[in-house]
Amino acid sequence: MQLRVEDLSLAFGGVRALDRVHLAVDPGEIVSVIGPNGAGKTSFVNCISGFYRPHEGRIRFGDHDITRWPPHRIAALGIGRAFQNVELFGGLTVLENLTLGRHRHLGYGLLSALAYYGPARRGEARARRDVEAVIDFMELEPYRHRPVATLPYGVRKRVELARALALEPSLLLLDEPMAGMAVEEKEDIARFILEANAERGIGIVLIEHDLQAVMDLSHRVYVLNFGQVIAAGRPQEVASNPAVVEAYLGREMETLA
Amino acid sequence: MSLDPALLGLTLPQILARRAREWGDGRAALREKDLGIWRETGWARFEQLARWTGMGFRALGLAPGEKVAVLADNIPEWFYTELGVQAVGGIVVGVYASSVPREIAYGLAATDAVYVVAEDQEQVDKLLEVRAEIPGVRRVVFEDPRGLAGYRSDPWLLGFEELLELGRREDEGQPGAFERLRDAGRPDDVALFCFSSGTTDLPKPVMLTHRNLVTMGYRFTETEGFRPGDDYLSFLPLAWMGEQMMAVATGLVAGFTVNCPEALETAEHDRREIGPHLMFSPPRVWESYARHIRVKVDDSTPLKRGFFRLGLAVGHRVADRRLRGEAVPWPLRLLELFFRVTLYRLVQDRLGFLRLRKAYTAGAALGPDVFRFFHALGINLKQGYGQTESGGIFCFHRDGDIRFDTVGVPYAGTEVRISGEGEVLVRGASVGKGYYRREDATAALFDDGWLRTGDAGYLEPDGHLVIIDRLADVMRTGAGVVFSPQFIENKLKFSHFVREAVVFGDGLPFIAALVNIDPETVGKWAEDRKLTYTTYADLSQKAPVGRLLLEEVERVNAGLKPEHRIRRVALLYKLLDADDEELTRTGKVRRKLVAERYEPLFRALYDGSPEVPVKARYQYQDGRVAEVELNVTIWTVGGATAEGEGNGLPAAARR
Repeated sequence: MQLRVEDLSLAFGGVRALDRVHLAVDPGEIVSVIGPNGAGKTSFVNCISGFYRPHEGRIRFGDHDITRWPPHRIAALGIGRAFQNVELFGGLTVLENLTLGRHRHLGYGLLSALAYYGPARRGEARARRDVEAVIDFMELEPYRHRPVATLPYGVRKRVELARALALEPSLLLLDEPMAGMAVEEKEDIARFILEANAERGIGIVLIEHDLQAVMDLSHRVYVLNFGQVIAAGRPQEVASNPAVVEAYLGREMETLA
Repeated sequence: MSLDPALLGLTLPQILARRAREWGDGRAALREKDLGIWRETGWARFEQLARWTGMGFRALGLAPGEKVAVLADNIPEWFYTELGVQAVGGIVVGVYASSVPREIAYGLAATDAVYVVAEDQEQVDKLLEVRAEIPGVRRVVFEDPRGLAGYRSDPWLLGFEELLELGRREDEGQPGAFERLRDAGRPDDVALFCFSSGTTDLPKPVMLTHRNLVTMGYRFTETEGFRPGDDYLSFLPLAWMGEQMMAVATGLVAGFTVNCPEALETAEHDRREIGPHLMFSPPRVWESYARHIRVKVDDSTPLKRGFFRLGLAVGHRVADRRLRGEAVPWPLRLLELFFRVTLYRLVQDRLGFLRLRKAYTAGAALGPDVFRFFHALGINLKQGYGQTESGGIFCFHRDGDIRFDTVGVPYAGTEVRISGEGEVLVRGASVGKGYYRREDATAALFDDGWLRTGDAGYLEPDGHLVIIDRLADVMRTGAGVVFSPQFIENKLKFSHFVREAVVFGDGLPFIAALVNIDPETVGKWAEDRKLTYTTYADLSQKAPVGRLLLEEVERVNAGLKPEHRIRRVALLYKLLDADDEELTRTGKVRRKLVAERYEPLFRALYDGSPEVPVKARYQYQDGRVAEVELNVTIWTVGGATAEGEGNGLPAAARR
């Protein structure tokens, strides 16, 4: 399914966080959103996943107009999200956190869950199998039964991504999945993103500050500055766009181009 | 069930066929944890998969006598490949999965491998990197297709599933062909190439026949009473002779179930789930368990620490008496029973040793302290001795006849004698054929039909073999003091603050050491004392850390003869690593190379300087090289000289 965002605007009091932002993600595409701190990247993702309600504009996902839908309905539609600051249940194990991520696929009610019989039993077994597939995919086997709070930061970020994948999304919103990581950990995450995209055909919206990673991974890049899209296109085009270089990237971009 | 001597005249695939016929799928041959669940493969299914793998390679064009290399962790496909290839007359070569591309290229070229089974994208990438250097390799078969979608257009690569399918069709198309090939196998055909450990030289491929492997497995099983259905966890590299001998040779002969861990990092957890009946590991694994237990104990409450110490003291007393063959008086026995229930069994459970009947260490010398430690905890740890060239171990302790200083007694049919120069020589059906394509080295390896082990040792009157050290490694200081560096290194490594130690002194005025601190335990020690540090190099050069390690060295010195004591020591600013060739793939130190690479440090150990500036070079994984300048302190150990004061501050501790 494809994502279409048109003329999206969001204001906090007098501050215009987003100003007529547009963006399109085709099925199976990796699209990055970059920009300096405070450019509105996270606000933008919050609008798509339903945490913020935009004041103007439309967000379409496939045949649905999901503008101002509540977050759980958006998730049920197949838009998964990994947060910048790890948002997991610290006291639960990796396995439990991931199973929770599959909530929308557990199609049984409270009563059968209490009895743990029939659909609930079958559903749980199926959920475990699917979660194990994600654990295998994200190479989390050593941590399966460890409470998330006891894990190192890099691993928690991986669990965060795994939790979003457990939802079986058709579109994944990744908010700085590599922030604060060492080179090797970044390489791992990059590999997971590419594999999720290539093997599962998941479309990805990536927010990331590591420009090298963005340039290597993305099919297309959008540049936000003060809530406005100042450039969009293939990585090389964006990197050589004088407005982008001038506006905020400075010398770092020149070396990449 | 008693062991059938007819097995001694069979090849490994012939034994597998017999197991499949006798037991069918009623008994598990292999078990692998996949997607969180232990999945079993019965003997008949094992035979079938090995058959399809073997016939698959045949369909690709494998001729008898050609070599197939395996570059994978311990996965069932390793076993299918090994037995399948051997059945159709091929030879299997194990390559360490942790090898860097250059080492792989060397290994494949040195063995003339024509096919390679690679586990996953990581291994395939390494092979692609050195593709130009291995023109002899016709195809690469990969097990895990993940991440390889983009490589599918390359005709060099083939999926394991496709190989099996190819083999199935080949097998069905020519009924009886596989059986004819398998039954044509003779015990004296070469079955396996295992690389020698290569502490002194580049690793050389050792040729081992079916007879070598089966004899070893048979004698071991016969003496030690392994039973069909026993569980064994295979977590050490199958490219290592020790693992080959346990998981493949002994496994087939004894008929036990080989369990493959989910991932290398989960082996500890998986072991607890499996609860193996037997364990076989080199000393470094046992050392790490001992260190692990000690760290956990140090981390607990004072009450628990005290209880552990008490229990260990009782365990030591009981173990010492038992091992000397003395009776244990009943009050002590009562105490032991108490601690068995309240302590030993609990520790064993943590390690997954509750069902453990037999535990072995081989590959290098295990420090007596570690040995005693495990016996005190009620774990029946025994030492074995052998080398790749002799087809695995041929000497080991028997139950009730365990002595820390010996490696036990040879098994039936193997003769051991000591040469004029004090070298241990061995002869028997398990001794291999020598090195592949290295006639010169092979000629030097044998002395009139006896295999030269290269180890200095002697036989005790009661038949126990005692190993002193590598013949080439026994050293003599400038003052003529003869010593074994390995012995001193093992003493040092018993400290849980020491990861690795390299002792020098050959032709030099005194004995000195370079020490690698253990980053985890020392790091924790530093944190507990609010000592901040950044990198390993920084931590290693903190004065309090130096003093801590100095105390450890002094403790070791106290247990050594005065002339064997370490006089000067420095802490290395980088962990010795197999990737940098400082250690062998099996974790043994390459002493000469370390001395050359850390030449300024080595020199400073002997010229009396209190500290020496060095330039440390680091190569990151992405290829960048960073250079850091730092000063390394050389510590002079108090109490090392006869007139020194044991507790005095060292001369160099003035930073």
